[in-house]
Amino acid sequence: MIRVKELSVRLGGREVLDGVDVDVSRGEWLAVVGPNGAGKSTLLKAVMGVLAHRGEVVLDDRRGSGLKPRERARLVAYAPQTPALPPDMTVFDYALLGRTPYIPYFGRESRRDREIIAGVLARLGLTGFAARRVGELSGGERQRVVLARALAQQAPVLLLDEPTTALDLGHQQQVLELVDRLRTADGLTVITTLHDLTLAGQYADTLLLLAGGRSVARGRPAEVLTGALVGEHFDARVMIEPGPGGRPVVHLVRGET
Amino acid sequence: MLAEQATGRTEGRDPVAHVKPARARPVWLAGALALLAVVMIAGLLGGAADIAPWQVVLQVADWLPFVSADAGLTPVEQGLLYELRLPRVLLAAVVGGLLAMAGAGYQGVFRNPLADPYLLGAAAGAGLTTTVAVVLLPGSALTTPVAAFAGAVGGVFLAYGLGSAAGRTGGTATLVLAGVAVTSFLTAIQTFVQQLGVEELRRVYSWILGDVGGGWEQVRLVLPYAVVAAAVLLAHGRMLDVLAVGDEEAGALGVRATRVRFVVLLAASLATAAAVAVSGLIGFVGIVVPHAVRRLAGGSYRSVLPLSLIGGAAFLVLADLLARTVIAPAELPIGVVTMFVGAPFFVAVLRMTRGTAT
Repeated sequence: MIRVKELSVRLGGREVLDGVDVDVSRGEWLAVVGPNGAGKSTLLKAVMGVLAHRGEVVLDDRRGSGLKPRERARLVAYAPQTPALPPDMTVFDYALLGRTPYIPYFGRESRRDREIIAGVLARLGLTGFAARRVGELSGGERQRVVLARALAQQAPVLLLDEPTTALDLGHQQQVLELVDRLRTADGLTVITTLHDLTLAGQYADTLLLLAGGRSVARGRPAEVLTGALVGEHFDARVMIEPGPGGRPVVHLVRGET
Repeated sequence: MLAEQATGRTEGRDPVAHVKPARARPVWLAGALALLAVVMIAGLLGGAADIAPWQVVLQVADWLPFVSADAGLTPVEQGLLYELRLPRVLLAAVVGGLLAMAGAGYQGVFRNPLADPYLLGAAAGAGLTTTVAVVLLPGSALTTPVAAFAGAVGGVFLAYGLGSAAGRTGGTATLVLAGVAVTSFLTAIQTFVQQLGVEELRRVYSWILGDVGGGWEQVRLVLPYAVVAAAVLLAHGRMLDVLAVGDEEAGALGVRATRVRFVVLLAASLATAAAVAVSGLIGFVGIVVPHAVRRLAGGSYRSVLPLSLIGGAAFLVLADLLARTVIAPAELPIGVVTMFVGAPFFVAVLRMTRGTAT
């Protein structure tokens, strides 16, 4: 579904991503993990096409460089880590932004667009929020509203940059469960960045470990979340145990004082 | 709380009907147009000569095509209305609408509710070229409107060029800063030129403080630009709403933000230049009116743009009426009135809607 070859991004004279390869098949969930500044968000933005990059991005067998922005937005939906939420906009209008790639430049949304939004809001349990202003929502509600906008794009690929940031434990779980259900129901391909390694290991099929802009490990959660790899690249003392479903759980270990 | 719950929802028969997207509601547009009509009739009434309101209404009806009405006015009164007051009211309406809509456009492009039609060097550019025309080239073919138009457009392009060159990403902050720099520089030159011809100071100042008494000639001059600029701006309401999430996210939604911004900037600058060319520098309209509209009718540019057009027209007609009547038979410069009336009006709107908007 997504093939990225030799992807490099230069920002401010620094190589933020350096020759990264990614291969994600249809319906797969890839979690991009790595220490701060490893280039996780940059990778998503480059795949989305909103950052200048070298290398090749192939989406659904089509070269990314040959896609018009509107075509690309119908293939890939992107939710940034800290989305700009215009406080006065209603939830309905915000979700409607997701229909932008389908509405002609000078056109207005059709009845079908509005039906799709109504359907998406209902799926995410947001029907009662449709007329609420985005600025009045709680963190968990906001995350669902951002997800609603992404789903409204009806794209087969979902890129989520840290979808659990600033959420409490329960809401983190709810959002990831929701993404997982939507993925199964719609056959979506999902790429998320996640800083919580245990969460990443619990939900993703495959992990990609980035460090210093390079891909340093890639594979099933148990293959990537090893004491050696995590210890080296995160500069952390951890203990890793097999958790539910054989997926690893990462604990921090307190140093001796 | 999540998807499962959605199956148990109870809603009306039509799941789409209960929330409407933000667009200009017909009732708002009708209300704004009604307000504009009332203000325009008042504008035709105001001033010397004893004409009753109903006579004005009948006379206006008579001017319309396919309508014939006898208002019982003398030819002199008819002439007064048609040659003096009507073009004045129309010019005020067009200029007010243009400035308010251009303000809304700039605010959308810069994602800053305090952006102003004069922000990007338009006023300073027009001020400079007009001063040059008045002081250095008196009696030349370079008339004030032409000079003002060229100056406004030149000022904006200078700021845009500098801003784009300085910030590779074309971010909004660099553009605003470039506008500030250009404004200061051009104003300095303008003051210098002005000091070279102190005897022309009065003419320069009367232009700088604004005047909508230019007659039919100016109305005809501004109208084509007004129509083009208004059409382009009104067509971009939805796109400006998309830009509200920032360039990067707009890009992820398939919108070329830089291109949209350039087109809207061009149209808003054309509107500003056209307004400045026929009326001088009239401040505050471009900030006050869109802001009031936003407070009353919500922040979507799909309603802010058309309602600013109508509201700005009504606002400036009213300001001109006050300018003509407050110290009659003398006249106040309209730019003074817009600030004097605009500021309290602005505060009133802020207080009225306190707590309901950001």
